[in-house]
Amino acid sequence: MKLLFEKSVPGRRCTMLPECDVPVVTPSEHHTRNIELRLPELAETDIARHYSALERRAHGVNNGFYPLGSCTMKYNPRINEAVASLPGFSQIHPLQPDNTAQGSLEVMYLANQYLGELTGMDEMSFQPAAGAHGELTCIMLFKRYHEAMGHTERKKIIIPDSAHGTNPATAVMCGMKVINIPSGEDGCVDLDKLRSVVGEDTAGLMLTNPNTLGIFEKDILEITKIVHDAGGLVFYDGANLNPIMGVIRPGDMGFDCVHLNLHKTFSTPHGGGGPGSGAIGCKKFLTPYLPKPRIKEKDGIYSRDFHGPQSIGKVKSFYGNFLITLRALTYVVTLGREGITQSAKNAVLNANYMMKRLGECYEIINKGICMHEFVITMEKEAKEYGVTAMDIAKALIDRGIHPPTMYFPLIVQEALMVEPTETEGKETLDEAADILIEIYKKGIAHPEEIHGLPKTTPIGRPDELKAARHPILRYVRE
Amino acid sequence: MGDYLPSTKEQQQEMLEAIGLKSLEDLYAYIPKDLILKDGPNIPDGKSEIEVRRMMTEMASKNKVFSSIFRGAGAYHHYIPAEVSAVVSKETFVTSYTPYQPEMSQGILQSIFEYQTMICELTGMDVSNASVYDGANAAAEAVAMCKDRKRTKTLVSGASNPDVIDAIKTYCWAADTEMEMIPVKDGVTDLDVLKEKMDSSVASVYIAYPNYFGILEDAQKIGEIAHEGGAKYIMGVNPIASAIIKTAGECGADIAVGEGQPLGMGMGYGGPYLGFMASTTAMLRKLPGRIAGETTDDEGRRAFVLTLQAREQHIRREKASSNVCSNQALCAMTAAVYMATMGPEGMKQVATQSTSKAHYLASKLDKIGFKRVHQGEFFHEFVTSCPGDCQEILRYLEDHGVLGGLPVEEGILWCTTEMNTKADMDHLVALIGEVCQS
Repeated sequence: MKLLFEKSVPGRRCTMLPECDVPVVTPSEHHTRNIELRLPELAETDIARHYSALERRAHGVNNGFYPLGSCTMKYNPRINEAVASLPGFSQIHPLQPDNTAQGSLEVMYLANQYLGELTGMDEMSFQPAAGAHGELTCIMLFKRYHEAMGHTERKKIIIPDSAHGTNPATAVMCGMKVINIPSGEDGCVDLDKLRSVVGEDTAGLMLTNPNTLGIFEKDILEITKIVHDAGGLVFYDGANLNPIMGVIRPGDMGFDCVHLNLHKTFSTPHGGGGPGSGAIGCKKFLTPYLPKPRIKEKDGIYSRDFHGPQSIGKVKSFYGNFLITLRALTYVVTLGREGITQSAKNAVLNANYMMKRLGECYEIINKGICMHEFVITMEKEAKEYGVTAMDIAKALIDRGIHPPTMYFPLIVQEALMVEPTETEGKETLDEAADILIEIYKKGIAHPEEIHGLPKTTPIGRPDELKAARHPILRYVRE
Repeated sequence: MGDYLPSTKEQQQEMLEAIGLKSLEDLYAYIPKDLILKDGPNIPDGKSEIEVRRMMTEMASKNKVFSSIFRGAGAYHHYIPAEVSAVVSKETFVTSYTPYQPEMSQGILQSIFEYQTMICELTGMDVSNASVYDGANAAAEAVAMCKDRKRTKTLVSGASNPDVIDAIKTYCWAADTEMEMIPVKDGVTDLDVLKEKMDSSVASVYIAYPNYFGILEDAQKIGEIAHEGGAKYIMGVNPIASAIIKTAGECGADIAVGEGQPLGMGMGYGGPYLGFMASTTAMLRKLPGRIAGETTDDEGRRAFVLTLQAREQHIRREKASSNVCSNQALCAMTAAVYMATMGPEGMKQVATQSTSKAHYLASKLDKIGFKRVHQGEFFHEFVTSCPGDCQEILRYLEDHGVLGGLPVEEGILWCTTEMNTKADMDHLVALIGEVCQS
């Protein structure tokens, strides 16, 4: 498909601006741009059709089932979008005086209260813009805390090998050394191993629970105790909060701080990769270190508090992705006490149902009940028939289903990680299971056919090596 | 109670039976009993959509929507074409995720590729990533790109946006690297101090162009000083201004970053916004975040993919240079649709009108005693003195539906865009006259 630039016609334009109603001023010669501004020249029709064509070449939750493990691709309620587009929220300048932004401050205050309750944390900050950003902010809190306690030697962060890649990358950005610990036979943290690595240099542990295999760390109280006894802190990676929200709280498991992906658990849209929100929460002893400003309430009046001598400072402009926080609050208010809990339970139910159905032919890593997701391994089929996780994924595309997460977690060979979420009905799960089973059987019977899929998409499998070896990262006019 | 669960109670029961369980609670049977909340979480009961809409609309009404805005300082009130809002609310764009499966994500990938191209054209740089969280975050990531074993320090102009300075400071502290401020002299970076501070430990120099006070720094000169000292040069640029003022590329920047919000994003009380990052080809492998690239498929057709992933955390883990694993895709698309809709001429018009109006307002304010406190050439923001009671003046303006400039140390930081009409500006000046006289 042609690029916008290739559709450009010199002189074509849209008309947006009136004539300038004051004398025209241009920059002095010293500051004037001397290179041509080569943006596309298009009519509104061209732009409208271009993006409609691009939309047809994409797949969202509203186009079909999207069981992308670890990404919690649940339905994004329309009311969230409607609320976020109210002028009273969308047209507010972030530096308006507090008395003219009481509504926005109240949103953050309520979101703080409700999400604090759901996580068992004492205070939240909505400044981080994404999950990885939230992780980073939390490990910064650890660092500041240890500094404040005079323990600058605490420079090691312990991370299980099943963790997301962002965890070790985050720790390094905070000047920490990463201690990777292998998971035990059951896919959980190996307690003896953990005991053997904690010590006076431990800054903390980063843990996802349920973990990336969809398994709840049943020894969680012992895990957090081991780290605390050694003087370290424990961070809850909220990537997988969805199956336990309203049922169990990270704060009760002994975690000191958490990050949430509001774009996963709290139904805000993923937008093709963002914007999301990596809201964080922490226990009271860590609150002095939270990013500035914090939101305060007194006699029903809300304000931004920029005072905070021990704060880590800022990780982003203003107060984070406010309109995302607003959508998440809308979701929590809609579901409420019972809806939140029911959603979590149905996420687990759907995953277990689908796991049961697929267990008919696929080899599944999880033994017993899984949480919100489960992991398939195609290791045996890859060896015996040359049918890989990639093949299954690509075949699914032809059937209008977004594939599960492939090749993650790294500790499972030929992994496919399936997360149906609670917003899919039984029929959808049954249909997807039927298709997955059919693909499996066909693939094993005719491996050569499955390698050529997908066939129905605008492109077939792209040459990724070529893209990396000879990078073309922008259009250049010939 | 509201929820978004399609399965009926009966279907839930069928599924439970299929997996050999009796109740939903059995799904948590192996979790320590003490951990389970017996009465559910302590939050209010759920609501119907009508009730939710009422509640949220009432909250929105507690915010004041100003009809006339003269405040910028990092968030700008520009016109958002109807086309922009329509395109970025297309549900497939809204509800998709990171394009991990290129065969079914060509639309998202191509839009990123087009965005990257536009950012390169706008900034005069070689390559762009798919975007990061916002302008402050982009600046902090750029600083991190420049450090190496020998050079770890960054010098940051005091004439930068305070949030940008704070974000860089936080990231540097976390990474155990140094940040030093270069003081401000008459509204611009003090070049004498900059020269003094340049030594073999300096990895990068960051300035904003136009700077926080709206002034156009001698950006080329600063680049020369940075390079002579062996450091990398990072420029924070305003994307609207870049349409008519020297590009970061022309000023010799190694990395151009900035806040993309003026490119079609509403103010939204601070976010979501867009951090754009572009660099020279030489720094490409250090760029954080996602990058879309062009290739071909098995039949030779043009195809787009996420590329150069060997830089990234999911491959490199603790050896990655950044933990960024997403982009602000929908905001990047917003910026691309905005630039396509405005076109080269429209972009120049927005920039020219923004600066023209600022000059008009400055001259009008001057006449009533609000004098500019800096000498230098400015774009669409400027600082004036405030001969009266600043808070009283601003409150009076607020009462009349006008959001005045931002109070800063030396007076008031004003901002205009194409949205401020001559009549609005005359009205603003008249209102100030009223309050100062009374």
